[in-house]
Amino acid sequence: MRRLCAAAGAIAVAASAFAGEIPHSERRSGYDFMSRETRAMQDDDSANPGLLWVLDGEGLWHRKTGTASRSCADCHGDARASMKGVAARHPSFDAAQGRPVSLEQRINVCRINQQKAPPLAWESRDLLALTAYVARQSRGLPIDLAIDQRTRPFLDAGRAAFHRRQGQLNLACSQCHDDNWGRRLAGNIVPQAHPTGYPLYRLEWQSLGSLQRRLRNCLVGMRAEAHEYGAPELVDLELFLMWRAGGMTFEAPAVRP
Amino acid sequence: MKRRPSRRQFLLAAGRAAAGIGLVSVLEVKPARATPAEMQEAVRKVVGSARVNTGKVKLEVPPLVENGNAVPLTVSVESPTTETDHVRAIHLFTEKNPQPDVVSFRLGPRAGRASVATRIRLADTQTVVAICELSDGSFWSGSAAVVVTLAACLEET
Amino acid sequence: MASALINVPARARRGEVIEVKTLISHPMETGFRRSQLGALIPRDIIRLFVCTYNGTEVFRAELHPAIAANPFIVFSTVATESGTIAFRWTGDNGFSVAESVTIAVD
Repeated sequence: MRRLCAAAGAIAVAASAFAGEIPHSERRSGYDFMSRETRAMQDDDSANPGLLWVLDGEGLWHRKTGTASRSCADCHGDARASMKGVAARHPSFDAAQGRPVSLEQRINVCRINQQKAPPLAWESRDLLALTAYVARQSRGLPIDLAIDQRTRPFLDAGRAAFHRRQGQLNLACSQCHDDNWGRRLAGNIVPQAHPTGYPLYRLEWQSLGSLQRRLRNCLVGMRAEAHEYGAPELVDLELFLMWRAGGMTFEAPAVRP
Repeated sequence: MKRRPSRRQFLLAAGRAAAGIGLVSVLEVKPARATPAEMQEAVRKVVGSARVNTGKVKLEVPPLVENGNAVPLTVSVESPTTETDHVRAIHLFTEKNPQPDVVSFRLGPRAGRASVATRIRLADTQTVVAICELSDGSFWSGSAAVVVTLAACLEET
Repeated sequence: MASALINVPARARRGEVIEVKTLISHPMETGFRRSQLGALIPRDIIRLFVCTYNGTEVFRAELHPAIAANPFIVFSTVATESGTIAFRWTGDNGFSVAESVTIAVD
């Protein structure tokens, strides 16, 4: 912690050289900042531990559940066709809730409304597996968040959160990820924070985890308030980050240090 | 004028006093780390009194890893891998993990190639050692040094 | 939900050296970690991995806590004949997973 505080303090001072948003042509996925070996782990489907969750998710996709005794496949058929591109377009607007929802929330909406089953808990094995399975179907596709007048206010809220100084360190996300990407924080390279590969297998977690888990990690590290899973602040931030990564290739399930 | 004791005299007196009471002022806390000596002991358990030659074993590990939780590693041994000349076993050890043993692979003439890959945990920057046992009973060793960095932001679940 | 991912060529020539890649889901709890309250989380690891080819053991690994979570092991074996290559992982708390693949050898 002390290490992080000192380093972050240095960054806060240096941020007077405000660099602004990353130009489109300079955008790079966290993949590009990893070592050769970690990249190899992501690229090899027989070595990428995220694929274990995808395999579980495939099983869950076909399992009848809830009082409606319905499986995902019963409505959506073959996920390889029906779920293609879905993860690359989330968070997306949900009319019933009047706001954008993340992929995890979308899955739970389906469970509650269509399968008449209880929602799956955040970061539970089953929810991660289903999310990973759906996300896998968008691998290789460009991220494509459609913003319209319904979602624009939430995008703006997410953008404001990204640029807002917060927490005990009075640090904004943009100070690391827009202004100081590529430089080192306590021995690790600061990435640009594009969520190109979620849910992903993080070596630090020794497990697959969601984007919200990663965002909460960062907020804790910044000594800022880590909103509860599913909080609108987190979904707005997800929406902004995915929009900011528009056009970049979706890599889920990725591997990251 | 009372002679003030010199610093050295004072420390010696204090030490004797402490020893006399049976208390030692240093708190002995065993760190959760093995030592190179413990690694040698673990190697001895496998090798017995046989001599360990250097050579034949190649350890491929990245010289610097971003996270010690999953370090990819490949260990290979020059061997014709025949019925009469093959690798019986490959053992991996570390010097600074809480325990020195990592894994023991048992091969044999049907291995085709004496090469195994896996992912290990390294608690700190340290040296990894591989000991291989050939079918003629001889032991060969190889090693590699790895620098381990930590994640900048540690999670508080 | 324990799941394993195995990668073995579906067919090979007799005498060819084939590469076997195995990945199994398991936290490999070391027994050295402590909970938020300071209590030691007990060890829970896979201890043994055995591969047999038509019933004959061709590879074995004895694992310790220093093997990373979701153990990944890649090894080689000679494609001697058509049949079944079987894998079994066993460990603490009665952990036992068995998988097998068939291989056609010409």
